[in-house]
Amino acid sequence: MKKKNKRVIPGFGISMGVTLTMVSVIVLIPLATLVIYTAQMSFPEIIATITRGRVLSSFYVSFITAFAASAINAVMGLILAWVLVRYEFPGKRILDGMIELPFALPTAVAGISLTYLTTDSGWIGSFFAKFGIQIAYTRLGITFALIFVGIPFVVRSIQPVLEKLDPSYEEAASVLGASRTRIFWKVIFPEVLSSLCTGFGLAFGRCLGEYGSIVFIAGNKPYYTEITPLIIMSELQEFDYPSATAIALVMLIAAFLILFINNLIQARNTKILNGNR
Amino acid sequence: MKKKLLSLGLIAVLLTGCLTGCGSNKNSVRMINVSYDPTRELFESYNEIFAQHWKEQTGQDVEVIQSHGGSGKQALEVSNGLEADVVTLALEYDIDAIEKAGLIEDGWVDEYDDDSAPYTSTIVFLVRKGNPKNIHDWDDLVKDGVGVITPNPKTSGGARWNYLAAWGYAKERYNGDEAQMKEFIKKLYQNVLVLDSGARGATTSFVENNQGDVLIAWENEAYLSMLDCPDDYEIITPGISILAQPSVAVVDSVVDERGTRAVADEYLSYLYSDDAQRIAADNYFRPVNEEILQEYSDVFDLNMKLKTVHDFGGWDSVSAKHFANGGIFDEIYEK
Repeated sequence: MKKKNKRVIPGFGISMGVTLTMVSVIVLIPLATLVIYTAQMSFPEIIATITRGRVLSSFYVSFITAFAASAINAVMGLILAWVLVRYEFPGKRILDGMIELPFALPTAVAGISLTYLTTDSGWIGSFFAKFGIQIAYTRLGITFALIFVGIPFVVRSIQPVLEKLDPSYEEAASVLGASRTRIFWKVIFPEVLSSLCTGFGLAFGRCLGEYGSIVFIAGNKPYYTEITPLIIMSELQEFDYPSATAIALVMLIAAFLILFINNLIQARNTKILNGNR
Repeated sequence: MKKKLLSLGLIAVLLTGCLTGCGSNKNSVRMINVSYDPTRELFESYNEIFAQHWKEQTGQDVEVIQSHGGSGKQALEVSNGLEADVVTLALEYDIDAIEKAGLIEDGWVDEYDDDSAPYTSTIVFLVRKGNPKNIHDWDDLVKDGVGVITPNPKTSGGARWNYLAAWGYAKERYNGDEAQMKEFIKKLYQNVLVLDSGARGATTSFVENNQGDVLIAWENEAYLSMLDCPDDYEIITPGISILAQPSVAVVDSVVDERGTRAVADEYLSYLYSDDAQRIAADNYFRPVNEEILQEYSDVFDLNMKLKTVHDFGGWDSVSAKHFANGGIFDEIYEK
């Protein structure tokens, strides 16, 4: 019996050890510190801190912009990934590589250049200004920056799934007389849905915590474009660690919930796809 | 066996590397100066003359490593263990925070002359060429239709001087009537189009992105913007402003551990020498040496009425009253 448990590839013990150490050092211990710092405050104090008007409104701004940006990214990312996987055209490799630039670019640099583009006098901003739409220094500007930051997450999550998707399914559906919309919704979409959720969740989580690029484009006006990470920074400027970590903890819990729900949806989806509903 | 030898050898190499790297050599000494953003050029020049001065005095080479960033953030990093021999930050409050972390001894502010602030600055207005909105003093900033750019005093230590300068003006104007002073500050910040997180960000909004009609800025920063594009801007000096005192201090626990107290102390003392004072003035910081300040009277407007933070009860009380949660700066944004 014992022999059966032995894995083909040796080294389970050491790799598991490495995994646990990494997870503890990189994730668990820093998170525990957050909780410890917050615990310097009593529970009513924590509640009072995180329910201050400005903090609440910053939660609202952060969530609404992150959600809008991720939703737009989910749609646009799907189209982008589709084009990159299914079609051949000159410059495809370069385009494919460019998708990842937001990963590599320091976000502060992105923030400054996006702001420059979207103010009333910038290239993009001056176009929209004609219609009376202001992008920089509004919530729209924050969303704009977040779309930039989040797009690679969605594209890179969907791409491998689309690549594996066998076109013969679509052909079969087509031969059987399904319309194009029906093929998309009934054949392709269910296959990519799970990775689309992953991409959405990752982008959303990333957008919630984004600071570098937004502080430049947001204008940081209290109750209007003040994001939660900025509130955290101002608490730190006051050297008020407990308040800062209490607010950060709320963000963390929210992000965790979203990723968790995301995983649930995915698990359910995989089950359906595998046929044991 | 081979493996063991190899790893032992590796450890030996690492250890010697560390020892030679960390130990301060007799003939050369290395120190770290943690400073804030706008002093980059100032200390670049100063470190050269200081190295010369130290060499003449002791025969030792000195290498000064600079670190620049937002003042509050720099203070946090030093409190958290960044090994700075000296700190040269934007305001006393940030060095007080390092003191509270137990790294600097009480009374540092009296260690050197003039509240341990070897150079000062003040708050001025930068407006677009020709001054189209006719801005001459603080009163003009609260008029309807004037777009103001200033960083957020809650996230930027430097911006607290901007806020305090306005508060000082309001105090004079309304004879200390707090309700009216708050109303003035509220109107001023209602005119703020972009509340950047730091001074450099605000300058970018005003200069690169063409936002607003007036930038409330440190005098030295305003002059730097003027250097870059002298045809686009004008500096307006208000009648009343504040004496911004960027403080310096030796980080006691670090110099004691590294044995660098002598050089660190001399580094800060020598900032008061004539040569260093001129370097400060060349970088548009006001020298504290009166004679040298007079030499530069064509650069600096010496007729401004400058208040100090002590007129408002010092940083601790200012911070608690204005910038703490629920303080006046929060109040003016409540609906």
